[in-house]
Amino acid sequence: MNKRKHWYDYLWLWSVLFFALGFFNILFAWLGMLDFGLPLLFAIFGGNKFFCNNLCGRGQLFTLLGGRLGLSRGKPAPRWLGSKPFRYGFLVFFMAMFGNMLFQTYLVGAGAASLREAVKLFWTFRVPWGWAYTAGAVPAWVAQFSFGFYSLMLTSLLIGLIVMALYRPRTWCSFCPMGCMTQGVCQLRQHGKG
Amino acid sequence: MLSKRYARPDRARCVSCGACMHECPRDAIRIHHGCYAVVDTLQCVGCGKCAKVCPADCIAILDREVQA
Repeated sequence: MNKRKHWYDYLWLWSVLFFALGFFNILFAWLGMLDFGLPLLFAIFGGNKFFCNNLCGRGQLFTLLGGRLGLSRGKPAPRWLGSKPFRYGFLVFFMAMFGNMLFQTYLVGAGAASLREAVKLFWTFRVPWGWAYTAGAVPAWVAQFSFGFYSLMLTSLLIGLIVMALYRPRTWCSFCPMGCMTQGVCQLRQHGKG
Repeated sequence: MLSKRYARPDRARCVSCGACMHECPRDAIRIHHGCYAVVDTLQCVGCGKCAKVCPADCIAILDREVQA
């Protein structure tokens, strides 16, 4: 049965475009804030997960790569990966890393640290990324945030791709920090309604 | 006539990602206010496609109770 196609069924292209743009100019990383803000706005004001369900380019990309292109084993993931303790634990860890990145941005803005033109993968491996930025183009903290945020996005994409290959296409969704957070907001809203 | 089997998501473990909703050939699944997936059991034919894509592996395919 053919389902009706929507314009947003092609948002996996956005996911690809985001990383491509950041490869050439790191400042495009700021656009990734849309992927942080929109899900929360839908959850807080709409009480739904419309973003996860229909707009998430990353989810669509995993479905495409793991599903149609067959790059996933399709095996069930270990239960703990989608369990509440792990989901919320990962959310806390992720937010701590996000906070750390904001602090680095603050330090650079305050002149206490210098701009590092590198992308840090898995919060450990520093990859030189200097070609994507012309020194002095924008205030240093704006660039620092770009490098930090792009690192976060690329790291989470890589984790998502790894679990996609090992388990099911959208395994990332079972512990995605944004998904966890928005579901929590929705549950709070429902709970409030009694 | 109803199918012999139907899908039932575990609400406590559902992450409401919507993967099942998109997979369902009968459009029988929706996400209830962002909290969990709900299956329209009358529409469901128990094909099991949703259970195969569920990242939390929380959908069970059950036999319908036979009406005496």
